[in-house]
Amino acid sequence: MGLEAYIKDTGFLTTQVNALIAWARKNSVWPMPMGISCCAIEMMAVGDPKYDIARFGSEVMRFTPRQCDLMIVAGTVTYKMAPVVRKIYDQMPEPKWVIAMGACTSSGGMYRSYSVVQGIDQFLPVDIYLAGCPPRPDNLLHALMMIQDKIGKTKASQFKNITIDDGGIKVPELNVIQNN
Amino acid sequence: MDLNTLIPQKLKEKFPATDFVISDYKDELTIKFDKIFILDVCRFLKTDVDLLFTYCTDITAIDWATRKNRFTVVYNLFSLKHSFRLRLKADVDELDCKIDSVSSIWKGANWQERETYDMYGIKFNNHPDLRRMYMPEEFEYHPLRKDFPLMGVPGSLPLPKK
Repeated sequence: MGLEAYIKDTGFLTTQVNALIAWARKNSVWPMPMGISCCAIEMMAVGDPKYDIARFGSEVMRFTPRQCDLMIVAGTVTYKMAPVVRKIYDQMPEPKWVIAMGACTSSGGMYRSYSVVQGIDQFLPVDIYLAGCPPRPDNLLHALMMIQDKIGKTKASQFKNITIDDGGIKVPELNVIQNN
Repeated sequence: MDLNTLIPQKLKEKFPATDFVISDYKDELTIKFDKIFILDVCRFLKTDVDLLFTYCTDITAIDWATRKNRFTVVYNLFSLKHSFRLRLKADVDELDCKIDSVSSIWKGANWQERETYDMYGIKFNNHPDLRRMYMPEEFEYHPLRKDFPLMGVPGSLPLPKK
């Protein structure tokens, strides 16, 4: 049986490999639930049947950073906690994304104080800043959809810190913090 | 007898050399005295059969900023037997920023004194493990002192590199 006869019966679809890969990638984002304070409660609600993050392919919350590609920093990050957050971020494999969930994480929020980091972008690259104190679960879903858009528009060769040349894919060495 | 009158009476009998300043405001009994007696008074309050303040609810301090005796260490005690609360106060000066630890009397005072040390820099003599409670160990300041700026000292708490 030839190809023409085969597609006549079954139908076919044309696309680009990049688009197909991007579609697959963006619908299986595995989050790292970095739940530090009350935003984590709303993050848990996102997993429940009412809001159901599984509709977006992100229901596999992994509690080991080695298996994650999206870190949801949900809560107030203190100076004492900052090295821990950074260490977990460094342990995630590239490519990776970060959602700064809520006012505290994005800007320090109501904790204008000596002990709270005034925005995690001081030590982490942040992709999405999510407003709210805490943000509603649907707001977090919106942030996830924005991350999906970003992933969908990115070719694999454009991922940050990854270079593809004749020698294959080069992943940068991890910048692991040693002294804590 | 009512504990509001019994406690001052007993203390004056037991420690005649000590000057107790007693305040009974809104049914809250507060007793203020010199810091050198803190260990003896606390031990007496805990072990006396009529009082039995077996539970040390909280230890904290007050920073009066410009006053001569800059700090006041505050002890909140509770007698489970009599369901009675008592507050002790002792002044500590900045130049001699030390007071005896009561962690040998109440085990729970250990962490409360560590917290007070962390936040105010008051040292507790004979404390078994006087380390900071909340702030990183290499931090040089005491955040609840009145001369500590609200937003902290820039660069005093290191952040990881971006």
